[in-house]
Amino acid sequence: MNVVRFLMGNRTQLLDLTLEHLWMVGLSTAFAMLIGIPLGIVIAHRPRFNKPVLASANIIQTIPSLALFGILLPVPWLGARSDRIAILALTLYALLPIIRNTYTGIREVDPAVVEAGRGMGLTEFQLLFQVELPLALGVILSGVRVAAVISVGVATIETEVGAGGLGEFIFRGISMVDNRVILAGAIPAAIMALLADVGVGWLEKRLSWR
Amino acid sequence: MHAGILSPAIEFRDVCFRAGETQVLSGFTLEVARGETLVLLGRSGSGKTTTLKLVNRLVTPSSGEIRVNGRRNDEVEVTTLRRGIGYVIQNAGLFPHFTVERNIGLVPKIEGWPPERIRTRTRELMQLVGLAPEMATRYPHQLSGGQQQRVGVARALAADPEILLMDEPFSALDPLTRDELQREFLLLQQRLHKTIVFVTHDLREGLRLGSRIALMEAGKLVTILTPDEFVKSRDPWAAAYVRAFGDGLESTTNRGVS
Repeated sequence: MNVVRFLMGNRTQLLDLTLEHLWMVGLSTAFAMLIGIPLGIVIAHRPRFNKPVLASANIIQTIPSLALFGILLPVPWLGARSDRIAILALTLYALLPIIRNTYTGIREVDPAVVEAGRGMGLTEFQLLFQVELPLALGVILSGVRVAAVISVGVATIETEVGAGGLGEFIFRGISMVDNRVILAGAIPAAIMALLADVGVGWLEKRLSWR
Repeated sequence: MHAGILSPAIEFRDVCFRAGETQVLSGFTLEVARGETLVLLGRSGSGKTTTLKLVNRLVTPSSGEIRVNGRRNDEVEVTTLRRGIGYVIQNAGLFPHFTVERNIGLVPKIEGWPPERIRTRTRELMQLVGLAPEMATRYPHQLSGGQQQRVGVARALAADPEILLMDEPFSALDPLTRDELQREFLLLQQRLHKTIVFVTHDLREGLRLGSRIALMEAGKLVTILTPDEFVKSRDPWAAAYVRAFGDGLESTTNRGVS
């Protein structure tokens, strides 16, 4: 109840932080899709590149987020504004699930179906957009879902570089040793993660062919 | 020089195909006449499917040349070549996310036909292959194996190609459905006179459907015979086939529709 009272008392700030959080998560997930889906498509068709690309994305994933912020901080244009660092870091973290699922989704399309399409005279471009991507869409979106949920969590740590977001409440609560304030950040973040999960999950159901 | 109507529909001239270390096809020379059903018969791994895929360039030969309607098939733009050749495979290979209608109408659509013409053509083809009109809006997984294969044939015929390549189209079907589709195949061929290359490992099917049978073994063409010649042949490979399939084969040879 105390948490609710705290939130009601700070509702303008809550709204601001939530929007900041959403902005970071939304933008970074969008960037990760813009980069990750084409990369996934490329490595699904050019197996040569699949190991190096997936390995790089894997390595990025293992860098602790605080260390990543530290590395990015001195970079000229990026370091100038903390939200740039935050969004770049989140984008990098979101890449792996999106690349991997795009790759897997396309590789899992029945080769007989692809060959039938090719044999009928579809161009590689038509095959991709008429056959492979529609059939892989469900798997790709489930990668996006994982990426978005991870981002909501990681974004709470971005406060450390001053990027704002719901982490602000959490870190303030930690320094004040006040659980109310911690929860005031953690609960909305958890709800956001759940909503992202359900929302993209719904899209996944709607849009995939099965 | 343009080869006219007198040239064979398909020609293989001394074609070899190597995949890594394996010699899949060697010294393969064959002519397929216009309007005939040439059956490629052989066991698994004998190179039948590769031979078929060489025609529509799903496979590129290591040496030799393949001509389609008198022209080297690597001189024709690959999508143009393929759109002029119907391709039917085992288990149909239908697009699972498309309805029957969209499956059949895909090539006409990418060829830019107006929607009304596609719809008319689709209906016509569904009737031709014996599919009820209400099937149009179904998805492949809602169809039986036989129905899926009918859609596969209709799809291959959509843009009215002169040549059809069929890779064991009926092998996965139950005997009754297979018999039914084979009978309809003969009826259809009587009407359409397409040039068909038909791959099978089933001698009975080959004798029933083929105007000639090309027997393959280990990547080589053993012999080409008409069904009647085949059952009487003294060729050791042909004779081995006839023995393996047992008695009563004479009655199954292709004499059109019985």
